[in-house]
Amino acid sequence: MGVIISLIAVIILFFIGYIGSGIPVVFGIILPYLAILIFLVGIVIRIIRWAKSPVPFNITTTTGQQKSLDFIRQNKLDNPHSTLGVLGRMALEILFFRSLFRNTKAELKEGPKLAYGSNKWLWLFGLIFHWSFLIIVLRHFRFFTDPVPVFVPFLQGIDEFFQIGVPIIYITNVLIIAGITFLFFRRIFDSKVRYISLPSDYFPLLLIAGIAISGIWMRYIDKVNLKAIKQLALGIFSFNPVSISVLTDIEPLFYAHFFLVCTLLIYFPMSKLIHMPGIFMSPTRNLPNNNRMKRHINPWNPDVEVHTYEEYEDEFRSVMKAAGIPLEKEEKDVK
Amino acid sequence: MSNKYKPDELIDTINYKIPYKQWMEVPVELKKGNYNNAAVPKSIEYLGEPNPRVWQPRDEDWKLPENWKEIILEGLRERLEKFRSLKIFMDICVRCGACADKCHFFLGSGDPKNMPVLRAELLRSVYRKDFTTAGKILGKFAGARELTFDVLKEWFYYFYQCTQCRRCSVFCPYGIDTAEITFLTRELMNLIGVNIDWVMTPVANSYRTGNHLGIQPHGVKDSLEMAVADIEEITGIEIDLPVNRKGVDILFVVPSADYFASPHYFTLLGYMMLFHEIGLSYTFSTYASEGGNFGSFVSHSLMKRLNNKIYAEAKRLGVKWIIGGECGHMWRVLHQYMDTMNGPADFLQVPVSPITGTVFENAKSTKMVHISEFTADLIKHNKIKLDKSRNDHWHATFHDSCNPARGMGLLEEPRYILRNVMNKFTEMPDNTIREQTFCCGSGAGLGTEENLEARMRGGLPRGNATRYVVENYGVNILLCMCAIDKATLPAVMEYWIPGGCEVGGVHEMVGNALVMTGEKERVTDLRLEPLLGKEEI
Repeated sequence: MGVIISLIAVIILFFIGYIGSGIPVVFGIILPYLAILIFLVGIVIRIIRWAKSPVPFNITTTTGQQKSLDFIRQNKLDNPHSTLGVLGRMALEILFFRSLFRNTKAELKEGPKLAYGSNKWLWLFGLIFHWSFLIIVLRHFRFFTDPVPVFVPFLQGIDEFFQIGVPIIYITNVLIIAGITFLFFRRIFDSKVRYISLPSDYFPLLLIAGIAISGIWMRYIDKVNLKAIKQLALGIFSFNPVSISVLTDIEPLFYAHFFLVCTLLIYFPMSKLIHMPGIFMSPTRNLPNNNRMKRHINPWNPDVEVHTYEEYEDEFRSVMKAAGIPLEKEEKDVK
Repeated sequence: MSNKYKPDELIDTINYKIPYKQWMEVPVELKKGNYNNAAVPKSIEYLGEPNPRVWQPRDEDWKLPENWKEIILEGLRERLEKFRSLKIFMDICVRCGACADKCHFFLGSGDPKNMPVLRAELLRSVYRKDFTTAGKILGKFAGARELTFDVLKEWFYYFYQCTQCRRCSVFCPYGIDTAEITFLTRELMNLIGVNIDWVMTPVANSYRTGNHLGIQPHGVKDSLEMAVADIEEITGIEIDLPVNRKGVDILFVVPSADYFASPHYFTLLGYMMLFHEIGLSYTFSTYASEGGNFGSFVSHSLMKRLNNKIYAEAKRLGVKWIIGGECGHMWRVLHQYMDTMNGPADFLQVPVSPITGTVFENAKSTKMVHISEFTADLIKHNKIKLDKSRNDHWHATFHDSCNPARGMGLLEEPRYILRNVMNKFTEMPDNTIREQTFCCGSGAGLGTEENLEARMRGGLPRGNATRYVVENYGVNILLCMCAIDKATLPAVMEYWIPGGCEVGGVHEMVGNALVMTGEKERVTDLRLEPLLGKEEI
């Protein structure tokens, strides 16, 4: 049901954008500004909200050998004790999805025998999806900037590596569709993942699919007025919006694509997509395992009631005495 | 014994294919054998914790305070402000499902609500309803739901089917730690007196007597004296017994089961023989007679109240530093919480082995060293004489305990020791050891008789991995460094392995191999079983 609701929502959003081309000032200028504002402010608010709560304990999840004795080799990346090691661990996690790389699939076979097979599909397609998305976003800088920064033609150059027909097919366009397809069908056909999935899991996936498909459509099938689009984008980023005549020169399909992007920006800070900045702040990954080397401070460390040795000895003095256990105070000194 | 299934029948109940349903529409059913008895009022009263009363989970009326929902929601608000971990873990899960089949309780039950992601969603759904805009507006579509009595029951059932083992956290791409979520949800339930007896009574006992079984000081000493007598019988050497002794170098803290439970006791013999042989200046304490911290299963403040004794006793006795024995959850608390809660331990010295001169830099602030770190260092420096052949009647495998593995990274130290004290050692399959180790299924307060079915389900992955090395390599003992493991794995072995497999501790093997100055010829191991070649004809 979550799938159908989400699919309908994305289709409706697409047509709102398409029809919205009729009021281009709203859909080409006002809404994008609003979306960017909500996106940026939303993320900042989230991060501040997280940062406002302290990290009372250092609860690293250690996934390798600790640093202890000289002759035992520490696993510096999976169990770092220094800041440099943590940076390495975080880089592996964020850039290469280290933890997902460990993924296994459990199967209960005859015997009984529980077997754990290596299962790297989620890791592979997750990585493909995220990296393609990032490169596509960076490629889009050729629309927002003038002159275009050097990394853009560089990325395009790599991305165009496989030329199949004209125009050149970007490999990331193919990969992102492959990534989304895998993630989507995994959610539907893996009974465990289907059971845990919420509408808010299908929606962003389908929304991004809508953005990708409409973008690809414009590039390869229904060409749009790129010159006008670049003027529109440059206008937005230079706070000098273009005139109506340029706006009306752009095809409705672009507005549909653009509206879906704005929706994504607005949806981002209030949804699970916030995992992007969140991973940087995850306390089981971003702290060094130096607990016994350096005292971690809890700013709200509470005073608690304790059972002192004196109270203990008072209660058990006679039996301690009888058992020959040394005492602080003898019976006669107590009263 | 609360387990109606034979092993084959239990296996037949497991299916990892989940039928298509909305999980929120599936009501919780408390199945006998899968939940624990409620805490008795006496223990709660002794600790001054909320809502002591007589009740049981199967009762219709849990006798909750009238405003229980407000108490929980207010408690949640407070904890969101205190723990960044909770806030982040509530917000960033994408439900990728990588954790789903990593939990031993899911693998042993196929119950979808035992998937770590869904266990967390049980709390997350309530969080969304009351603390997020999307949840307030969109409700169920955003995965939000109202806190009701049925939700509370579900929390009780499933958050007491989590052993805080953190295996899921290893595989989570964001490091979401279910142990943290379980810990805090149990803490919320504790605010309205919804807790279990095998947590709260051990907490009360530890608070009063210093150990979870409520052994009084003379009882602790009696047990240790028995150990002295047994050591004399086995080795012919009468060793010194330091109890609450001032002016020694080291305070030694063990989980209290070591004093008399089997097979823990043999590990105790091992420690004591080792310390005698190297002439270590140390003492046991009856006041700090428990390293294990049952408070860490239910509340941060109870954890601190119990842990307080260790530093307080070290200070009173005037020792230089502390060694801790073989225990799992105990070491998570000592490693990740003690210094923060009850430190700084500025009255102690940076630990230096008096035998080898090694400075334990990794414990320079907390000033507490794990026994296996201490012993591995002794062996490396050739300070003890070992006769491996005395363990030839054993072929061992090593079960990493969850918390030393995933809360410390103490992986190679025990293996280094074992390779030096015995000839036959075989590892279990890779995905079941080290940081991927499987829980015994009974940690975090779940080691009781009334939930035996759940324990055997949770013990399936460990039992199955052990069975593999028993059947293929002839392994006959599973060694571990955790008191809960030693207490509960024997039942798991007996249930899941035809013919069973013994369970023992690392320092039991050290004690067997240790050649002591002036000892008589050993004919038995520490269990009084004859050594190979020494059997009576």
